[in-house]
Amino acid sequence: MSDAQPIEPAAGAEWNSDKARRRVRRRYAANRRLQAYGIIAISIAVGLLGVLVASIVVTGYPAFVQTKIDLPIYVDPAKVDAEDPASGKYRSLVREALAKVVPGVPENQQRSVGKILTSDASYILRDYVVEHSDAIGKTITLPLALSDPFDQLYKGVIPKELDALSWVQVRWFERMTNRGVVAEHDGRTSLKLDVYIDPATVDAGPPPSGDFDGLARNSLQAYLPKVHDTSQFDMLANDAPAAIEKRVAADPAIVGKTVQVFFSVSLPYAALAKGEIPKITNPRFTDAQLEAFEVIEQKGLLRTPFNWELLFNADSRFPERAGLAGAITGSFYALLICFMLSFPIGIATAVYLEEFAPKNRFTDLIEVNINNLAAVPSVVFGLLGLAVFLGFFGLPRSVPLVGGMVLSLMTLPTIIITTRAALKAVPPSIREAALGVGASKHQVMMHHVLPLALPGIMTGTIIGMAQALGETAPLLLIGMNAFIPSVENMGLLEPATSLPTQIFSWADSPERGFVSRTSAAILVLLGFLLIMNVVAIALRQMFQRKW
Amino acid sequence: MLGYVLLLLIGLAVVSYFFARRRAIAAVQGKEHELHSRPSYHGAYVAAWVGIPSVLLVLVWLLLQGPVIDSLLLWSLPIGTTDGMSDGQIDLLLSEIRSVAAGNIFGEPSPVVQEAAERYQSWKFIARWAMAGVAMSVALVGLILASGRISPEFRARHGAERILSGLMIACSLIAILTTLGIVLSLLIEALRFFDRVSPVEFFFGLNWEPQIPIREGQVTAGGAFGAIPVFAGTLLIALIAMAVATPIGLYSAVYLTEYAHPKVRAVIKPVLELLAGIPTVVYGFFAVLTVAPALRQFGETIGVPIAPNSALAAGAVMGIMIIPFISSLSDDAIAAVPRAMRDGSYAMGATKGETITKVLLPAALPGIMGGVLLAVSRAIGETMIVVMAAGIIASLTANPLKPVTTVTVQIVTLLIGDSEFDNPKTLSAFALGLVLFLVTLALNVLALHIVRKYREQYE
Repeated sequence: MSDAQPIEPAAGAEWNSDKARRRVRRRYAANRRLQAYGIIAISIAVGLLGVLVASIVVTGYPAFVQTKIDLPIYVDPAKVDAEDPASGKYRSLVREALAKVVPGVPENQQRSVGKILTSDASYILRDYVVEHSDAIGKTITLPLALSDPFDQLYKGVIPKELDALSWVQVRWFERMTNRGVVAEHDGRTSLKLDVYIDPATVDAGPPPSGDFDGLARNSLQAYLPKVHDTSQFDMLANDAPAAIEKRVAADPAIVGKTVQVFFSVSLPYAALAKGEIPKITNPRFTDAQLEAFEVIEQKGLLRTPFNWELLFNADSRFPERAGLAGAITGSFYALLICFMLSFPIGIATAVYLEEFAPKNRFTDLIEVNINNLAAVPSVVFGLLGLAVFLGFFGLPRSVPLVGGMVLSLMTLPTIIITTRAALKAVPPSIREAALGVGASKHQVMMHHVLPLALPGIMTGTIIGMAQALGETAPLLLIGMNAFIPSVENMGLLEPATSLPTQIFSWADSPERGFVSRTSAAILVLLGFLLIMNVVAIALRQMFQRKW
Repeated sequence: MLGYVLLLLIGLAVVSYFFARRRAIAAVQGKEHELHSRPSYHGAYVAAWVGIPSVLLVLVWLLLQGPVIDSLLLWSLPIGTTDGMSDGQIDLLLSEIRSVAAGNIFGEPSPVVQEAAERYQSWKFIARWAMAGVAMSVALVGLILASGRISPEFRARHGAERILSGLMIACSLIAILTTLGIVLSLLIEALRFFDRVSPVEFFFGLNWEPQIPIREGQVTAGGAFGAIPVFAGTLLIALIAMAVATPIGLYSAVYLTEYAHPKVRAVIKPVLELLAGIPTVVYGFFAVLTVAPALRQFGETIGVPIAPNSALAAGAVMGIMIIPFISSLSDDAIAAVPRAMRDGSYAMGATKGETITKVLLPAALPGIMGGVLLAVSRAIGETMIVVMAAGIIASLTANPLKPVTTVTVQIVTLLIGDSEFDNPKTLSAFALGLVLFLVTLALNVLALHIVRKYREQYE
């Protein structure tokens, strides 16, 4: 029966000791550190998003304006027949008009000065005159787009002085580097190329003879199959034929075989490989062109209006004329098919699984399938479309019908899952009340539950469609990246392209002007996605009910 | 033609709906309450019998018409024409006949082809009209049979509801059919590939050079189908992506669930989800336009050469794309830890940080692991970023500054612009696709299993 003893605090548990205070401080510092890590992580993620958007906007916004020249053109009745305006000498009309603005260009320079204008200039004039036949004999002022380099020059995107190598050549060389062809050999930057020593042109000798230059070019061409230009051949130094000749002389038995030969590259490329940037006057412009351009600029004929052609032109090989109309139309058709297939099928599947399906092995199988389909990589759907729709059923390649069918298979899981969620959100009291007054299960569904769930279903569908709009890989595999120079013949069963595949094609084009076009196309795509998502969110906000 | 037939059938179905309605009302002299089912159910029942079988017939007809005409065409060619021809050559002959029939004549087609083209034209014409005729008669038979059943006692509602249920079940089957289609098409083409190239070479070979010569005398690297470098490249890029995404995603989730003010959370969470909504082709262009040059420049300033299409650039950009997956799945996992565990930890005097690292994260670990696995499967299957930013040449390296290639890059580059399935080059894409499908499937199943098991633990 003793009184309760006061509990002695254990040694080291002095709450006020310095040690304990330090420990508490350390523990709270660790807490703050964790919080700081979280803030840093979020800042990195948000910052990266910002960098992404900013870099696209900065490169893309110049493409939303287009440098145009208000060129007064005298439509000479001597060169355009009023009876048959479609076959006039428009090229010379344009050249004359330009000569009037920039007088005194020597004869042999007129052609290159003409390249300030877009290559389509004479066709634009022709189309205008065919439409307005009263223009014949008058001077009209036609806004003509400048060709890509001068458009970029006027916008200040490229300087008058540039590197020794054009952007295209650098890109070719980068491609060669990517393919692992560029190597150091004998202390010099070289290309390691497979050369087929064609017995048809090479005589083993001795001394060996034959078209070694041609062989060297062929071997280079094999690595750049898409380019049909000769300016790639300056990648090889002048001793390229000699390199082959030396190999043949050393071993005549290689005639008729494919051998690896090291070709040293020419000086600018060697500098490039070392990371230097060889500078010379911009090779994209001739001096005559730059002088003429200055004259035009001083006369105040240039302006940069909003580039409606970006939205309303179809694709073109010339960046200044290329637009997105074909891509937008193709995407629209594909999404239409996708919607028409996946919306009804998705709702029917969701309603069945949620409301009617008995719980058995079979419905379990369907559910597992749907969940797995949602996670199958998109490129696999492309393979499916290629093998089944194109290969087995023989549907045509590149058409929006097939694109829409593949996309609908991909959006089905999204629509089914969101529809089921929307159906689940309708409270059981609604169902029970309807059943209670004698409605059949189908009537409960069709008359009460589905209408109440519809806003949620619509939201899910729009989000699914937005995903489908951004999908690229499956469309690439079924060939929906066709070159569409005109929107007139587009249809469900005609070759087409789509917005994302157009972005991919433009990103792959070597012309400088397509870089900013690509960014602009991305901005257009993101704009569409934004609109769709805003509509989806607005729908949810407007019709969402709290039960 | 096809559009008109479909429109006509749908129109017929609509007309028969009103026809049957009226007939049902007429059957009871306007006293609707005497009908077992309301008139609109009679209408729907008849319209379904008119529209569904005929439209289905048209669709099946369309799908089978091409192959049937093709085989008829081959069968009708003079005996011996196709002897000794490979599948590819036969395909070529068929497409020549088709293009001649369509009026695109290049050069002088042989008389056999010309004749076949005429036959093809006439058969197509016959097939088109036969389809229209058969579909219309099916619709009419449906109309007559179904409307014959209209009577006051007829349980049209039950009939219509049964049809609706049937339609819904049919729609549910599409998910299974899709999976079946994926598995079968990948398997069949992959087996054709393994007929030509041994699986041992494919799965264990160290040399991937699929550019086989197509024309005689073309200079190419040869044709080796050892996929190890491709798999290794895929893993390397996925690894880099996860190294970027996991810490950022996890720490973001921790901050958002535990530290952030609800208002901050309401803003930041959707912003992070935006990253998941950006199309991958945009990320690909971002990698080429900004990240790769920036990395390269950085490498130059510190004296390390970085390839313009290095695994690092592609992987890092892919990591950015994956951040929201990790963060939202970890977010869910942390939020699912029972309140009692959190409160217990606080009651012991633990700081917030200690609660998170010693209680919440261990408890949420299975959920987080599941999320990471899902993200890995996403990274392996991601296509456009690597197609645009990674390399094409397969090289076996673990150096992230060098270019590597991935399974998806190979699939796309092997199949772009090529639809002939008769050489190992294009078929190898399907073998790669099969591996990709199986691996991502396994990862997903595993991840879902882990997540579900963990959820049950706390319920």
